[in-house]
Amino acid sequence: MAIDTPETAKRSETFVFGIPQNGLEHKQREVLLDEPPPLGPNSELMYIGKPTVRYDGPAKAMGTGKYTADVHLPGMLYARMVDATIPHGRIVSVDTSAAERLPGVRAVHVIEHVYGVAELRDPKQESPSRYPVIRYAGQPIAAVAATSQQIADDAAKLVRVQYDAMPFVVDRSAARAVDAPVVFPGPADEAGSAGGGGGPKNVPQTGNVHGPQRKQSGDVEKGFAEAAVIVESEYFTEVQTHSALETHGFVVDWKPEEVTIYASTQGTASVREEFADVFKLPQSKVRVITEYMGGGFGAKFGAGNEGVVAANLSRKANAPVKLMLDRRQEHIVCNRPDSHQQLKIGARKDGTLTAIKLISYGTAGVGTGAGTAGPATNMYKCPNLLTEENDVFINAGPGAAFRAPGHPQGCFAFEQAIDELAVKLDMDPLTLRDKIDEHPARRVERQIILEKTNWRSRRPAASDAGPVKRGMGIAQSVWYRFVSMDSSCEVRISRDGSVELMSAVQDLGTGTKTMLAVVVAEELGLPPANVVIRIGDTRFPIGPDSGGSVTTGSISPAVRNAAWQAKQKLFAAVAPKLGTTADNLVMQKGRVVFKNDASKSYTLKQIAAKLPTGDVSARATRVPEYSKERLTYGGVDYVELAVDTETGRVHIEKVFGAHDCGRPINPTGVISQINGGILQGISYALFEQRIMDRNAGYMLNANLENYKILGAREVPEIEVVLIENYIAQSSTDAAGIGESAGIITLAAAIGNAFYNATGVRMRKIPMTPANVLAALGKTQEEEQA
Amino acid sequence: MADSPADSPKITFSRRGFLKGAGVTAATSVIETANALARNANDAVHSSRVAGPEALPVKLHINGREHSVVIEPRDTLAQTLRDNVGLTGTKVVCDRGSCSACTVWIDKAPALACMTLSIDTMGRQITTIEGLAHGDQMHPVQAAFVKHDAMQCGFCTPGMVMSCAALLERNPNPSLSDVKHAVSGNLCRCGTYPKVFAATLDVAQQRASLVTLASGTEA
Repeated sequence: MAIDTPETAKRSETFVFGIPQNGLEHKQREVLLDEPPPLGPNSELMYIGKPTVRYDGPAKAMGTGKYTADVHLPGMLYARMVDATIPHGRIVSVDTSAAERLPGVRAVHVIEHVYGVAELRDPKQESPSRYPVIRYAGQPIAAVAATSQQIADDAAKLVRVQYDAMPFVVDRSAARAVDAPVVFPGPADEAGSAGGGGGPKNVPQTGNVHGPQRKQSGDVEKGFAEAAVIVESEYFTEVQTHSALETHGFVVDWKPEEVTIYASTQGTASVREEFADVFKLPQSKVRVITEYMGGGFGAKFGAGNEGVVAANLSRKANAPVKLMLDRRQEHIVCNRPDSHQQLKIGARKDGTLTAIKLISYGTAGVGTGAGTAGPATNMYKCPNLLTEENDVFINAGPGAAFRAPGHPQGCFAFEQAIDELAVKLDMDPLTLRDKIDEHPARRVERQIILEKTNWRSRRPAASDAGPVKRGMGIAQSVWYRFVSMDSSCEVRISRDGSVELMSAVQDLGTGTKTMLAVVVAEELGLPPANVVIRIGDTRFPIGPDSGGSVTTGSISPAVRNAAWQAKQKLFAAVAPKLGTTADNLVMQKGRVVFKNDASKSYTLKQIAAKLPTGDVSARATRVPEYSKERLTYGGVDYVELAVDTETGRVHIEKVFGAHDCGRPINPTGVISQINGGILQGISYALFEQRIMDRNAGYMLNANLENYKILGAREVPEIEVVLIENYIAQSSTDAAGIGESAGIITLAAAIGNAFYNATGVRMRKIPMTPANVLAALGKTQEEEQA
Repeated sequence: MADSPADSPKITFSRRGFLKGAGVTAATSVIETANALARNANDAVHSSRVAGPEALPVKLHINGREHSVVIEPRDTLAQTLRDNVGLTGTKVVCDRGSCSACTVWIDKAPALACMTLSIDTMGRQITTIEGLAHGDQMHPVQAAFVKHDAMQCGFCTPGMVMSCAALLERNPNPSLSDVKHAVSGNLCRCGTYPKVFAATLDVAQQRASLVTLASGTEA
């Protein structure tokens, strides 16, 4: 038996476990000796679990927060990307001479390699060229840097590109045809980002069809034979663009001693690593800063083509360069893939699932990662499962991670099929899920929905006689507890009693800064607003890339541990001056008290003043999960809507969400994110649709007036209930909410409510008036994509 | 407001020269502009002196201060505020008048800074998000946005605040529907709308209760 070193020595602790509605239990866990004692439930805590004002709220409300787009450095140049005007072809020449001659232009760079797209397994299948093959309209080709944005824009228009055009295809179903133009002349794969995205490698590829990625358990044919009821149908979803309000962009200040990069990114660490990799620099000479960030939703990881180009321009011009994509480019740079899903589910009379079979085709443009099998695979227990996921290459911008990759698409089909099953079994959809869903949080959430919504007065499908028909529906989500071990921080207590937290982790707008302040505040007994949060800078200890809802679950335990360790060091340093020993000091309700004499009580400031040195600090890194079980999260969302069967308009009237993110740290921020997930989900279900020009091969609506996203007038009444779910996995038990916040469920919940209203299934989104009227049989159905 | 301000601009510019100098995109956005203010200023061209397409020095009244800046006639107010004056609270998101992120006030009326030529704002009072607060003292709408967490990434927030504060100036007692209407052009991708509504209605309610207290009608 190995001897425990101080780093691995453990002690046993009793953790609170379970969901309060079910009665809390306890669980024993082994924790490292330098970990803090377990937290009680939120009801016993001072700051954790209490609504807390956003740490950087005033800066955002007053417009003083500096985003990457706002960075201005002395001598800074502005850049504009030149991109492809054809969807497929070879570049014959790029003439930059006119651009270079324009007064004010300081540097021009022509791209040699395109990042973030699939690449041929065997590059020799294409004849070599100094220019990358153009595979989509909007593919970056070059960029110019000039003394003003206006001059850079003018210069970009002067770059002359000569193409040798090739046949193209921008339609997923057309791309599957045997004689379709091929996007890649052979098998090609795309690497995923820190946020997910990317598809399986080493799967077969025929023409433009990359796949199938086949996963199987049990025997589905046997399962269908055992079924009393089978539902089988096809579902279609459209490509969704991220549409973050701050476009992708970088300010790069290339200096020989250090390259400083201001990045609108979800991962300072991913940017640093990729820049170092691309430019063969040691990471120690690359600094990435993300102080404020205008939304990402999965789109912003790594250096990106725009980052690499900005760095090249900065190096050439010997000046800092700002390169923000314009809005058109933002719509093309990446997206959520579309889907065509064939789904078949079998069940016994009592609802028990016997078989699930899903075959999906989706296009991530020139990328991969259009799989949709997550919900079908991970939501309910089913002994026989077969999924086949296929990526279909087309000449369009690459797919990327987008808030719960694959799950909104998968859930739209899967949770409607479960609803259809309930109809066929003549069971209440909540009752059916109680039968087949073992997840403890979703069970409680369904009960909340039952008690707090109008569910009990739900009527049979198509009960309204008039043209406006009302209905209600629910759908459930599944997401996964991912943890990044790249989660480190330092907590510093100065002699004046002030406290700082430092980590490279970034805040995308999710409220990470506030969440971290709350965790430190709880441990050190001072209000969250008094903790100074310094994050988004790779000079500080590494932070997790924010994708897949990993941030809170990964970094919060490291932060609590660092705060606790700093406090122990403080106690050890001041105990002699207080005439006691460190182990006699304890933090209680925001004050440091003597365990053996409660009358001796001090503020943190009072005892920090006794420090023999100017400060005391501790650095901590995420410790592994306490148990290795694979945990998932889930939410249940309820929708009430009205369908105007004459105009085809769908009005969402009410959404009620019950959600789980482990231990909520700051419910205010969590609820804001859930509101956002719900509204993005409605937007996805009703409005969003990339429209490709089949004849010219480019995106027709790459802007915010023709690519419709939800606005204020489409916002329904929203109510959210957060449950607490203690899992005894870390010193905080917290988790992120971004993915399971409603984006996964809403299209399905709306589909189920639509059925309840009209008696008709919407198997295609967005539910635009045209698609709705077609589904209701009032117009000729468009040719199915 | 069609009336020219007292200190109406002395320099105007040649529209033809401007179009010649500007790129196609810039020219299109000028032609398409729905901004009444910009149109009025253009219509009021009675040129004594032609300016542009070269850069020229102008004085702009921003947040109660006069700023001397050198601008090109084609520069939008959003560009001038952000790149020349350093007031980056005004955000550029779509750069073509479809998202309202760049909302400022011109003579107290909300206007889109990306659809307004800087040269057309000479002699007008421009208020940006930075000009709404008094020093560290937030405007009541800003304070309410913080209290209600009416923001996530914060990129739409300045425009939202400017739209909501302008609404309360013209309608101190708005309904939920009035608030939705006031921000119907302000796009938010994070989905902060419910809290934007709550914050704005909260300010109106607080003001109403103050008025009631002051007038002594409270029972």
